[in-house]
Amino acid sequence: MDLTLKIWRQNGPQEKGEMKTYPISGVEQDMSFLEMLDYLNDQLINEGIEPVVFDHDCREGICGMCSLFINGEAHGPGRKVTTCQLHMREFKSGDTIYIEPFRAKAFPIIKDLMVDRSAFDRIQRAGGYISVNTSGNTIDANAIPVPKENADKAFDAATCIGCGACVATCKNSSAMLFASAKISQFSLLPQGQPEAKERVLNMVHQMDLEGFGNCTNTGACEVECPKGISLENIARMNRDYLFASLSSNK
Amino acid sequence: MALDSKVPEGVLADKWTKHKGEIPLVSPANKRLLDIIVVGTGLAGSSAAASLAEMGYNVKAFCFQDSPRRAHSIAAQGGINAAKNYQNDGDSVHRLFYDTIKGGDYRSREGNVHRLAEVSRNIIDQCVAQGVPFARDYGGLLDNRSFGGVQVSRTFYAKGQTGQQLLLGAYSALNRQIAKGRVKMYARHEMQELVVVDGKARGIIAKNLVTGEFERHSAHAVLLCTGGYGNVFFLSTNAMGSNVTAAWKAHRKGAYMANPCFTQIHPTCIPVSGENQSKLTLMSESLRNDGRIWVPAKKEDAEAIRSGKLHPNDIAEEHRDYYLERRYPAFGNLVPRDVASRAAKERCDAGYGINKTGEAVYLDFAAAIMRYGGEEAHVKGLKNPSDVEVKALGEKVVEAKYGNLFQMYEKITASNPYKEPMMIYPAVHYTMGGLWVDYNLMTTVPGCFALGEANFSDHGANRLGASALMQGLADGYFVAPYTVGEFLSTDIRTGRISTDSPEFEAAEQAVRERTEKFITNNGTKSVDFFHKRLGKIMWNEVGMARNEEGLKQAIADIQALREEFYADVRVLGAANGMNPELDKAGRVADLIELGELMAKDALERNESCGGHFREEYQSAEGEALRDDENFAFVSAWEFTGIPAEANLHKEELTFENVELKTRSYK
Ligand SMILES: Cc1cc2nc3c(=O)[nH]c(=O)nc-3n(C[C@H](O)[C@H](O)[C@H](O)COP(=O)(O)OP(=O)(O)OC[C@H]3O[C@@H](n4cnc5c(N)ncnc54)[C@H](O)[C@@H]3O)c2cc1C
Ligand code: SF4
Ligand code: FES
Repeated sequence: MDLTLKIWRQNGPQEKGEMKTYPISGVEQDMSFLEMLDYLNDQLINEGIEPVVFDHDCREGICGMCSLFINGEAHGPGRKVTTCQLHMREFKSGDTIYIEPFRAKAFPIIKDLMVDRSAFDRIQRAGGYISVNTSGNTIDANAIPVPKENADKAFDAATCIGCGACVATCKNSSAMLFASAKISQFSLLPQGQPEAKERVLNMVHQMDLEGFGNCTNTGACEVECPKGISLENIARMNRDYLFASLSSNK
Repeated sequence: MALDSKVPEGVLADKWTKHKGEIPLVSPANKRLLDIIVVGTGLAGSSAAASLAEMGYNVKAFCFQDSPRRAHSIAAQGGINAAKNYQNDGDSVHRLFYDTIKGGDYRSREGNVHRLAEVSRNIIDQCVAQGVPFARDYGGLLDNRSFGGVQVSRTFYAKGQTGQQLLLGAYSALNRQIAKGRVKMYARHEMQELVVVDGKARGIIAKNLVTGEFERHSAHAVLLCTGGYGNVFFLSTNAMGSNVTAAWKAHRKGAYMANPCFTQIHPTCIPVSGENQSKLTLMSESLRNDGRIWVPAKKEDAEAIRSGKLHPNDIAEEHRDYYLERRYPAFGNLVPRDVASRAAKERCDAGYGINKTGEAVYLDFAAAIMRYGGEEAHVKGLKNPSDVEVKALGEKVVEAKYGNLFQMYEKITASNPYKEPMMIYPAVHYTMGGLWVDYNLMTTVPGCFALGEANFSDHGANRLGASALMQGLADGYFVAPYTVGEFLSTDIRTGRISTDSPEFEAAEQAVRERTEKFITNNGTKSVDFFHKRLGKIMWNEVGMARNEEGLKQAIADIQALREEFYADVRVLGAANGMNPELDKAGRVADLIELGELMAKDALERNESCGGHFREEYQSAEGEALRDDENFAFVSAWEFTGIPAEANLHKEELTFENVELKTRSYK
């Protein structure tokens, strides 16, 4: 198929960027979206044009490294898929495709379509862990049974891949879906209880410091989230936060 | 240099405890004076960095992704083994040890494997304490599943995302230490050189991938936890960035590479669809519990399918060849990975392949769907249910078990595996070979350690499913944190290592020159062009079946490719700033050298064992012929300048606790 690609090019964090147009032909339906970009890059290199920079690694929807705002949607058309799982059969010959980076104040652009999402790591560092040493000399793994329902919910929250689509989709660039998924995983497990209050206060505080916006309950994040992380997590986090702030002596 | 494995003397089951007790301790005050570099943040690296920092060492950790949490371990699907015996099915440390030695076709070290089996149990305790949400049963206790090559149920899992959950656990432990200031994390950094001072690993040259700057980092020890090198085949199930650079740079500085030709080709992956494909996707081993593997029994049928004139569902039962069940009645579809892969290749080479490239076989769930459907109908008390009803019920059961895999398959192939059989073909998945390490996980460069998939240690010539995650965490949480003490206890008076030494200067200079060379090369072909060609050579000659002539040809072809690469590769853009093409060029350069060594290693090993199948060494029925008399050793290669002229050092393997037998799955 033949396509017209409109791609955001920006040479560095401080430089001005712009949309550039690249016509491309010979794209096959079986290619993934990123393979289509590889194919474009190969042609650009042959023409002596610097290839388009974008983040990717696993190419099977699990590492959270790929991003891209495609035709106005984070991870493009299709639900519950990451960009790397998107295939060209979703498009047709003659289409014009707009490809932009995930945009948010807290996600500065590094180059072209690649952004800096290290703010997510800093939120995690503020409390996204259970303070247990790694000696292995803890209690037996089956000593504390966890009700299956809670275990399953904790798992569902834990499947967040940290891609940032929720932030890129949100009109306020809020990171609530991400942060709430991380906090919920622990708050649903008995092992996470001792530090639960501190955790939610510290992680929310860090989220605010990073410059993410507030949540106005629009729910766009849940729709675009490739892992189907539920808004329920935000509600749980808000409850936990309220409870923690009321009972905290800090 | 004589290779000393340093496996402690004494009874197998006591070796590790005894050794741990004898490793000299480093006092807390002295630990603060010691710096450790950990390259890699997968299961092995994250767990090691967190544990060492917790013990009091100063740790610097590096990864090339934008976050430590995105290391390739995140992609592991099926599960992690541990000898917990929660299912009360007769599992034990000894059984896990034995299964691993046998599965590896008797090419691994008894002492190391036993230690792995011992610490496996602590891994699960540790992970649960960290909040890893493993699957649980209705009683709230941990659930297990079975994997190939074993007769017990010892695999812990978190749906099809076990690697992700384990890595997030290790990442959280790492984060805790970063927050305390005990680990300094360098994401989007790539190690491009090992610095050796007075014969000891004392640091690395890392490139900041965002700014393009080269940085000198010194330490008293360097731990390489940099993963496997399956991407030498271009197409593999590994993440795009997985590479051999860190290990290869260490190899060039004196670390031996062990058994580099031992590659695991996984039987159930989605087949190659076209020339522009960038990677292959695994369909978890667990599918072989229920899927039946077949090709048409008649060549005309295979041809008709390839040309689109016949649909698989229209081939009658008696015209199907369930070749695994036919050849291996005892294990059927559950033979180990290497056996299943070779059998698929054999059928396709003989002309029975079923997709347009002729390189695919069917993995069929129709029988399982009807079987489960029948059971469900019975449970529901349905009288004389129609086939349609049974099928619908069966599909539900299969969806609950494998839904996410089926969905992944459909997304990639646009074909519905509930309605027609999956098409699968073997693909490169894991590398058993890696840096040679002794019992302490130290390479032949003192102070340079290798953990996880980057070392060669525990899986012999074939790894069992769900054992790589176990090994990565064992190395990182429970082995290296102790064993580095043996080396570091002699270093407490050394003081900080300066980065101004001539060794650092020379290492940085070498990296700068390599970079400069690529940028100013003005060639005509992209890096991928060469990488794909390397992959083709490797797959055809150093893949599932190897022979002397092909391997010699491969060495010659790779050497020619290397020259062409340096003469004609084109890297655009600048050296300063983000330039992924440039970084890829450096990685591919190292993969080309590695490929040559792999061919050399395969050529010298005149036997068939595990994933290494030499066509000259097979029985009349096409089964592998191992040669314990002449090849029960680890091949450790010393770099001499040209990979094919590396020096071979042999570590003889002695088996005191298991009897060497021919693996038979008939
Ligand atoms: C699709 C798939 C499914 C799998 N499923 C299973 C399973 O179910 N069970 C199982 O046991 N095993 C499984 N495996 C195997 C297992 O996932 C890996 O062997 C294991 O995760 C490797 O872990 P690691 O820590 O050694 O390395 P990795 O996780 O590969 O990490 C390597 C790290 O090194 C860093 N790195 C590499 N080079 C450099 C450099 N030069 N400079 C800086 N950093 C560098 C990377 O950034 C990364 O952080 C699977 C593998 C694949 C491909
Ligand atoms: S919540 Fe969903 S969209 Fe947001 S980072 Fe996690 S996986 Fe991505
Ligand atoms: S590249 Fe890993 S999720 Fe897309």
